[in-house]
Amino acid sequence: MVRKRLSKFQLGILKTAVFSVCLIPFGFITWDSVNNLLGADPIQTLHFRTGDWTLRFLLITLSMSPLQRLLKSPLPIRFRRMLGLFTFFYASMHLLVWLVLDQSLSIDNMLEDVPESPYIILGLLAYSMLISLAATSTASMMRRLGGTWFTLHKLIYVIAIMGVVHFFWLTKLDYIEPILYAVVLACLLAFRWPMIKSMLKPKTNNV
Amino acid sequence: MRNKQPSLLTYNDVTPKEDFDNSRALISASRRQFMLQSSTVMLASGLAPSTLWAGNKIENIKKSMYSTKEKPTPYEYVTTYNNFYEFGTGKGDPVVNAHRLKTKPWSVTVEGEVGKPGVYDLEDILKRQQLEERIYRLRCVEAWSMVVPWIGFSLAELIKQMEPTSKAKYVEFTTLYDPEQMPGQNRRTLKWPYTEGLRMDEAMNPLTLMATGLYGEEMPNQNGAPLRLIVPWKYGFKSIKSIVKIRLTEHMPKTSWNEVASREYGFYANVNPQVPHPRWSQSRERIIGASLFTPKRDTEMFNGYGEQVASLYKGMSLRRFF
Repeated sequence: MVRKRLSKFQLGILKTAVFSVCLIPFGFITWDSVNNLLGADPIQTLHFRTGDWTLRFLLITLSMSPLQRLLKSPLPIRFRRMLGLFTFFYASMHLLVWLVLDQSLSIDNMLEDVPESPYIILGLLAYSMLISLAATSTASMMRRLGGTWFTLHKLIYVIAIMGVVHFFWLTKLDYIEPILYAVVLACLLAFRWPMIKSMLKPKTNNV
Repeated sequence: MRNKQPSLLTYNDVTPKEDFDNSRALISASRRQFMLQSSTVMLASGLAPSTLWAGNKIENIKKSMYSTKEKPTPYEYVTTYNNFYEFGTGKGDPVVNAHRLKTKPWSVTVEGEVGKPGVYDLEDILKRQQLEERIYRLRCVEAWSMVVPWIGFSLAELIKQMEPTSKAKYVEFTTLYDPEQMPGQNRRTLKWPYTEGLRMDEAMNPLTLMATGLYGEEMPNQNGAPLRLIVPWKYGFKSIKSIVKIRLTEHMPKTSWNEVASREYGFYANVNPQVPHPRWSQSRERIIGASLFTPKRDTEMFNGYGEQVASLYKGMSLRRFF
């Protein structure tokens, strides 16, 4: 089957459409916050909703390269950076909810809470790694870093595992939701198994 | 989305506490209005309005000196945000599923180290008790709290009537086990039936309440009808719901959350900001029903009831016996 390549204009329209769709969860979260529709425990509701969307966007981002192979089309990869940056966007909201609403921006509160909450430490670590990926996501950074860029961006697999463990760690008894995320992530990682295997192999084997 | 409940009321509809205290007529009028609105929503979603609305007023309630002066959490949140895993693990599950529970008739088995064992009709138990309103703060182990105007009677009175023997050192409580009525029991989340326990002196403390209602009305099913325990200085999971059995024992009873995660949930479970849960801090709590920008509240030792209960634990390491 011959596939027609998309024109620059068509791609632009498609990208705008995907961008708008990615903003829909943000729209709902903002609407519910402004209109007092977050229920009995609004801070917790925001934690969960922003956290859920971070994990979902992370998994969607990781689906692009398997999708490319499945569809035999380069199109999904064109959206990968945007989706990755949306992951960062929702993760930033998640962190902001914690900083501003949960901790009231108080350093004292944080110094007390963070050491007592291992899942928060893990989340903060994952977020700091995510910053490095977002900061190096531009074309010029890609050029400047060369081969290092690809190695650095392999961190996304580590971040994804940390994100799911973060969810497990804060869950009380009913693990259905984190298990669902873990299963999807496991499938996505399985796609990369040859690559992961070669990365885990000690370098000396190549000599 | 998790915990999403239909928002039936806005803050403008919340009855101020003064009105609640001073004028029952006023509140029943605003309730009727709320009921109409909620019935529409509930019927649309295929629910009996009685799920949310126990409705039956309780008469002859004494005010208690043990009540906090704090403003009670709006009725809407008290009755729609519940941890009651027998009806599902989501906070919004109990209000949807609890209509399956049949609370009349209800009997309570009294056994173990007592002079008067037997199966008692709840109505007969209640006839012998003076009901009072006690406004307590409920602090959940998940680091949130709400203030609830409970109706109930002192557990100590009931235990005295049971005539405990000298061997009675602990009280064990058991929730109904019936997966037909409690669909959450079809999943192996906790070991069913739910059991909880208190040391005898904790059970005899005047703060310890057997609750049969809230906000002046019979207990809504999702809040643990028809009979539940309230131990205000302990985390909420100690306050067992829908009790069918009370057993006095010589040995410390097994308790449900302790059995499923003994490192995280101890037998004592006293509210204590200095002893964190292994996975999260207990130093502050989110206030249920508060606005988004309300800062969290500092958790108080024994949930603020230290004056009445701290002496129970004199010489005990609260870190070890968490």
